[in-house]
Amino acid sequence: MSDEPLVTIRGLTKRYRRRAGAFSAPVEALAGVSLTIERGTVLALVGQSGSGKSTLARCLAGQEEPDAGEIRFRGEDVSSLRGAARRAFRESVQMIFQDSAVALSPRLTASEIVGEPLEILGRGGRAEQRRRVFSLLEAVGLSSAEADRRPLDLSGGQRQRLAIARALAVNPRLLILDEAFAGLDASIQAQVAALLQDLRAREGLTYLCISHDLALMSVFADEIAILFEGRIVERAEAARLFAAPGHSHTRALVAAVLHAPPLADAAGAT
Amino acid sequence: MLRLARRALHGLFVLFGVSVLSFVLVQLAPGDFFAEMRLDPRISEATVRALRARHGLDRPLPERYARWVASLARGELGYSFAYGTPVASLLWPRLRNTLLLTGTATAAAWMIAVPIGVWWASTRRVAARRGLAVLMATLLAIPDILLALALLLVAVRTGWFPAGGMTSVGHEHMSRGARLWDIVSHLVLPATALVLCVLPALTRHVRASVASALGAPFVQAARGHGLPEWRVVFRHALPAAANPLVSLFGLSVATLTSMSLLVEVVMSWPGLGPLLLEAILARDFYLVLGLVLASTVLLLAANILADLLLLAADPRIRAEET
Amino acid sequence: MNRNFEFRTARAPPYHARVPGLLEVTDLAVAYETGGAPAPAISEVTLGIEAGEAVGLLGESGGGKSTLLLAVLGLLPPPARVIRGSIRWRGRELIGLPPSERRRLRGAEIAIVFQDPALALNPVRRVGSQVAEVVRAHRAQSAARCRADALAALAEVGLPDPDRLYHAYPHELSGGQRQRVVLAQALCCRPALLLADEPTASLDSTTQAEVLALLSSLQSRLGLAVLMASHDLGALTALARRVLVMYAGAVVEEGTPAQVFGAPRHPHARALSRAYPRPARPLRPA
Repeated sequence: MSDEPLVTIRGLTKRYRRRAGAFSAPVEALAGVSLTIERGTVLALVGQSGSGKSTLARCLAGQEEPDAGEIRFRGEDVSSLRGAARRAFRESVQMIFQDSAVALSPRLTASEIVGEPLEILGRGGRAEQRRRVFSLLEAVGLSSAEADRRPLDLSGGQRQRLAIARALAVNPRLLILDEAFAGLDASIQAQVAALLQDLRAREGLTYLCISHDLALMSVFADEIAILFEGRIVERAEAARLFAAPGHSHTRALVAAVLHAPPLADAAGAT
Repeated sequence: MLRLARRALHGLFVLFGVSVLSFVLVQLAPGDFFAEMRLDPRISEATVRALRARHGLDRPLPERYARWVASLARGELGYSFAYGTPVASLLWPRLRNTLLLTGTATAAAWMIAVPIGVWWASTRRVAARRGLAVLMATLLAIPDILLALALLLVAVRTGWFPAGGMTSVGHEHMSRGARLWDIVSHLVLPATALVLCVLPALTRHVRASVASALGAPFVQAARGHGLPEWRVVFRHALPAAANPLVSLFGLSVATLTSMSLLVEVVMSWPGLGPLLLEAILARDFYLVLGLVLASTVLLLAANILADLLLLAADPRIRAEET
Repeated sequence: MNRNFEFRTARAPPYHARVPGLLEVTDLAVAYETGGAPAPAISEVTLGIEAGEAVGLLGESGGGKSTLLLAVLGLLPPPARVIRGSIRWRGRELIGLPPSERRRLRGAEIAIVFQDPALALNPVRRVGSQVAEVVRAHRAQSAARCRADALAALAEVGLPDPDRLYHAYPHELSGGQRQRVVLAQALCCRPALLLADEPTASLDSTTQAEVLALLSSLQSRLGLAVLMASHDLGALTALARRVLVMYAGAVVEEGTPAQVFGAPRHPHARALSRAYPRPARPLRPA
């Protein structure tokens, strides 16, 4: 097993034409981003709106073509993949979005949503697929009662679990969490985060977590990369980032974190 | 300006397409104006053939089309066999009358539908909402022709309104004011028929649009700031609900135009409708084509107008387009 | 026995011993009446706010925070109804007041800002006129005066170049700017109390910090009382002097942020505090 990083991104650039009034100067969403993600780790990508986070996620998942730069997944250049290899890549990289109420089909029940990719890919017979669906739902903590509900009848936290179950159905290697915690209450965030950590340990997954919430990422991620105006300006472990922020934007983000008084009885954070 | 030019160009393409399609379809139908004559034993086959040749009906299809387009360009819009005159001279006065009827009906229908729809969407009284729903469903279910006939019946029985036509006998000799009143009194029934036919659909759309706008967060925010309810409904909900309604406006003109053809025939309103019916029955090709084109132009103009209104009403569309 | 009482006596002075303040809610209960048995949204809430005080309301989604704010304003959606209790504003009982009277209080004395400023503004109208409209609704003055007041409100919430932004549409502004406009709408008639329903929930972290700083400064500058409902402990710690924790429609704990988040007694409050991410802070000398 090589210890080559799972993902290597070099010089990624993406421009959009912006149409605001008379100006149509292209906006550089990503201006030469380079980063690596090691297997089995959680990398957080923290930035404000407009920093290019979602663009990076989409390029990595193969949903958008970058204007320049290269993305290597398991050592292979993503843009050169064709046919079966490209399909395999798509299965290996899955995304969880912020608002699963919008990302999941409102007409299907939870078990149908999880079973859909299996059906499409034709993995195993009907019975085998059903078993897999149930085991996935169980793994994310959804009961059989919830399996028959539609996404809009589930709570926010339950929906995110469903989205995770669906993503896991195709055995991905990398999960991109695009603001997956935003909009959830803190206690639900903690539950979903704990589930994800658990799954990571069991299945050997790698996460790229995109967020604007530095505090949450500091307890969830192994390392945090700060994205500012389309560039990575700093990357370090959470503790070092808070203790000694290097870049001015990092300092601004650290200063903006809203702190709650420390819990007296517990020995530190969650 | 650029948008207007683009829409107009687009409209021209549509017009071209419609002209070709209608031309081909009309010619494909069996028989022509002179087909009736063939049945008459007194007229010889040769005469019929000569008549057809004289009017160019034996030429190949593309050539006939080209000659017809040339006639359009000259402003004659083709030649009517039945009347023996260029189509244009028949068309314009009839078009004016149809526009009068359709225009009045459109304006009246919207002016009635919007207040009813807004009230329907904002009233809290369940009984009122159900009552309106039943009323509108009933109106929708009644066939248009039945409504028109029912109104005619009313006119005949009560004598309050003239039973058909656009002008009374001796119209030309009336004074200016009396002439105007004469036309108006003849306009009431056909316009009412049209309004009643199209009202259910319009009010339902207005209701749905306004109800959805009333459920929007900014409406609750407006109430939270202490704005009076009438302001919330008319200055906030209604403008936000305008977007789908403006698009509906273009469609409503289309619906009203096609309905008006029926109503005009039933109520003898001298518009495009009766003329079209006659022309179809007589297989007077070029007259039919001219009328079809006139309707198409009307529809296109209404839709371009709706597009422009939408631009004016919704700033988000303006921002998208620049 | 009043459940709230038990927790509060150990911390802050008992409520009834205080001088009656600006807003007093006593034993409030709100339920949704839809066909069958009424579903309670608020079972029993008692709270008080004094002039110029910043109070936080912590609770999870569906716990009754928004319902409480709407009940104070008199904007409960039709299936919901106050079934018990009283809400007094400056000593005056609000429940039972005719709707026109309550409407007069809204915006002029008690104002509200909702979550998601993108949705709180009418998308087809310019922002300046939306602020001026609120002024117009409460003050009988000329359109020019209303416009001037609106411009002043936009400047007060820290928007640069109010003259130009007056004519902007909501979709042309950033999230932070929109939230400031909504605040301008709420504050243009100088209310004494501002209700804020999750004001920072849909904002970026730097924008959140800015908005909270703005609220704080407005509070001290205008003597504004604030009741902020949020599920974010950090936001409440930053702004509120006193925090109430709501769970299943009742207030279960009350105290300063240090007390409620640092040493919570009610199990639910403890669970919420434990779940909140606390990044490792640099070690400070004891």
